[in-house]
Amino acid sequence: MIHILLFAGIQEELGMDRLEIESEGIQTVRELKAYLGQKYPSQVLKQSMTAINENFVTEEEEIKEGDTVAFIPPVSGG
Amino acid sequence: MNEVRLFEIVDQPIIIEDLIHKVASREVGAITTFIGTVREFTGGKKTLFLEYQAYQTMAEKMLSKIGEEIKEKWPDAMVAITHRIGKLDIMDIAVVIAVSSPHRKTAYEANEYAIERIKEIVPIWKKEHWEDGTEWVGNQLETVRYPAGRPIEEGELK
Repeated sequence: MIHILLFAGIQEELGMDRLEIESEGIQTVRELKAYLGQKYPSQVLKQSMTAINENFVTEEEEIKEGDTVAFIPPVSGG
Repeated sequence: MNEVRLFEIVDQPIIIEDLIHKVASREVGAITTFIGTVREFTGGKKTLFLEYQAYQTMAEKMLSKIGEEIKEKWPDAMVAITHRIGKLDIMDIAVVIAVSSPHRKTAYEANEYAIERIKEIVPIWKKEHWEDGTEWVGNQLETVRYPAGRPIEEGELK
């Protein structure tokens, strides 16, 4: 199982703030983004950074069973 | 015992004085505060109110990472940052950064560094509520790009 957290624009596009998916067949962030992009058409997802267990990672990063993956749209704090 | 938390995300009004106390000590000769407030007009467009959202645990972690970066660049600086989330009205305080140091130059420079880094690496989002609609800032202008899928590390490019 992969735990996915959604914020701001993606949260609104998809109409949920979290979801869980079976990790079978998904090994990297790039693969997860492609999988989600097909299932849930999202403009914001394409522009988003990714964090695994609260650390920023690249698209090549491997996702492990039980990881929490957060998609981080361009930030606008301050 | 109450532990002093230097890096916080809160949903209540920020008391500036509290942050000053967190960084004050007998060794310092200067304390700078940056106070980010909610502006009514941006490019002629009227904001009614803002809504801030955060990935709270990660945001606090990233704020403390900024604190570590500052310690490396300015070893004698001490930093405290509080960012507020939720619904904020015009003139409300969204963020306060307090930096202390023995001399003023460091306190000024490190403070500016902190707000610039907040805008790059801290997972906080602002939603504009205008008279004629709403928008999560940063998701349509495409002024910010992350070619590597992650934010730019301090010292990389620029």
